Amino acid sequence: MRIFVPRDAVSLALGADLLAAAIAAEAARRGVAAKIIRNGSRGMFWLEPLVEIETPEGRTGFGPMTLADVAGLFADPASHPKALGLVEALPFLAKQQRLTFARCGIIDPLSLADYRAHGGLAGLERARGMSAEAICAEITKSGLRGRGGAGFPTGVKWETVRKAEAPQKYIVCNADEGDSGTFADRMILEADPFCLIEGMAIAGRAVGASQGYVYCRSEYPNGIKIFNEALAIAQETGLLDGFALELRVGAGAYVCGEETALLESLEGKRGMVRAKPPIPALRGLFGQPTVINNLISLATIPYIMAQGAEAYASFGMGRSRGTMPVQLAGNIKHGGLFETAFGITLGELVNEIGGGTASGRPVRAVQAGGPLGAYFAPAQFDTPYDYEAFAARNGLIGHGGLVVFDDTANMAAMARFAMEFCAHESCGKCTPCRIGSTRGAEILDRVVAGASRPGDLDLVKDLCETMKFGSLCALGGFTPYPVLSAITHFPEDFGGAALPLAAE
Amino acid sequence: MSASWDASRAQEIVNKYLPIKGPMLPILHALQEEFGFISDEAMRLVAQSLNVTRAEVYGVVSFYHDFRQAPAGRHVLKICRAEACQSVGGEAHANALLQSLGLKWGETTPDGRLTVEPVYCLGLCACGPNAMLDGEPRARLDAQALHALAEEAA
Ligand SMILES: Cc1cc2nc3c(=O)[nH]c(=O)nc-3n(C[C@H](O)[C@H](O)[C@H](O)COP(=O)(O)O)c2cc1C
Ligand code: SF4
Ligand code: FES
Ligand code: FES
Repeated sequence: MRIFVPRDAVSLALGADLLAAAIAAEAARRGVAAKIIRNGSRGMFWLEPLVEIETPEGRTGFGPMTLADVAGLFADPASHPKALGLVEALPFLAKQQRLTFARCGIIDPLSLADYRAHGGLAGLERARGMSAEAICAEITKSGLRGRGGAGFPTGVKWETVRKAEAPQKYIVCNADEGDSGTFADRMILEADPFCLIEGMAIAGRAVGASQGYVYCRSEYPNGIKIFNEALAIAQETGLLDGFALELRVGAGAYVCGEETALLESLEGKRGMVRAKPPIPALRGLFGQPTVINNLISLATIPYIMAQGAEAYASFGMGRSRGTMPVQLAGNIKHGGLFETAFGITLGELVNEIGGGTASGRPVRAVQAGGPLGAYFAPAQFDTPYDYEAFAARNGLIGHGGLVVFDDTANMAAMARFAMEFCAHESCGKCTPCRIGSTRGAEILDRVVAGASRPGDLDLVKDLCETMKFGSLCALGGFTPYPVLSAITHFPEDFGGAALPLAAE
Repeated sequence: MSASWDASRAQEIVNKYLPIKGPMLPILHALQEEFGFISDEAMRLVAQSLNVTRAEVYGVVSFYHDFRQAPAGRHVLKICRAEACQSVGGEAHANALLQSLGLKWGETTPDGRLTVEPVYCLGLCACGPNAMLDGEPRARLDAQALHALAEEAA
């Protein structure tokens, strides 16, 4: 009997190690031959720890499991109080289009045999039979855009690096994932690390780079550990075919997710943002041409190479092709990772898929795209999940995070937090970002305390304009979006009159 | 427990990373892992070994939130203060805990038992409020569970 107990950080944070030990002990006590597999998460976090038992019909789930639920797994699984039935049939999973996350939670993350059996390495094998130029063209044709935030076409970036002539080129994976409400990168590191390794090896072939680095935030010790174990296996088995790969750990600076600050950090310096040009594609790591991509961009490459550009591009809408791993977070009933074709509406994601708030109170606001993303009000829930549609509403998709707030949220306090976070994380290069955000937080402190002075809100808006136009990178440049959207959609929290319900 | 300063051990650690490109952060992480913080002696040693100025090393150490220039308590509790954890009441629980311990963010209890620090997202954002005790993630921490966690670190 095979039993799956995740070793993903969420499950561990909810006691999965103790649970796995208890299940093993109970199996031994009953003389049941059980093999416990530590898989990644399926991404249904309200059900974690989610234990699965393999049956002839498929894998049946039990969750959220506690130690007290263990004995019943063996006694009478069908009528177990935590029984969920066939996991693949759960609506949250059945409604998804899992391309990038196809293996996530299903396989043993450290089994290369599992990886192969579930379609792994087919992309790399195909790439080996293609010219570098043809690989870049394939990625361009797929329509894949960077999943780290800016949405730049990945194939175009690769082609620039391919054409650059240099003694050494690099592939850098951005696994800094600092946005609150996001965990897609972490899930791949913990659930399907070979997928990232394969994607980076393909990128190396496509542009002629022999060295790759994964830059992972230090807040992910479990992901770092699992990835390094997988990397050692890949190296031992000669999978990488001469491509050198190494994981480096960040040191708790949000701004190091910005690509040029990340490169500075990899070089061993302070994470100060570089002025562009030169772009990293031409002068990146150690001054050499560098592909720097978000982890999800790279982990999507194996699918595209295995199934073809058309297969990927057949999903999505407009210029947003393929799928996005949307991450439902915050005060949400069914939080987790929902990979879906672009085009689904924000309201469907929050209310139908996510089931509304965890508290059961009305949804008041959703912050999309991390700490630099706008707050949306329910009146805008018809917005399709699409880069351009979000931009048209002064918002951004970013790395795919959605953080839900109920009606107890104080939006002036959230606007203040955006400013404080910017001040805390600023690299210090631009005055509007470094000083402006501190001033902004001070003024909003008064607003939150109900002691605002006349003109305070105009001052904040002015400050936002200055930050938008006087900042080198999107930390200073986009912090105005959460601030201004909060003021626009929730004026009653800033001492103004509430918007009439239909007026937005 | 962290080891006390030992120059030859420190040099050994530094030497291990000298052959790689961009060794600064890996060295600082390894020194902090061994000695608990980055002391002045450590910075001097790194500067000498990498052939850079002490100011440059200091600049790096002071830039990154992870690096400490003084020892922490025996246990370190990092509580998430980012938006998703705020949306489920994390900030109020954190403030209540700090108040009961008589601490501000970043401070250590007088007996040296516990340091409480902020962290901005642990990637567990659908199961908040979240924290990390001595590197181990913990999720779904209501006020009571957070207090219990802080007590657990004896
Ligand atoms: C302040 C700031 C933080 C960022 N953080 C991340 C991050 O954590 N991960 C990421 O992939 N991109 C992040 N980005 C975007 C990167 O600069 C860059 O656009 C991205 O890594 C490019 O990869 P992609 O084209 O695959 O998206 C950040 C940008 C800014 C301005
Ligand atoms: S906007 Fe802020 S974080 Fe970005 S370069 Fe300027 S000071 Fe640095
Ligand atoms: S000053 Fe860095 S965590 Fe607060
Ligand atoms: S916001 Fe707290 S874990 Fe992500």
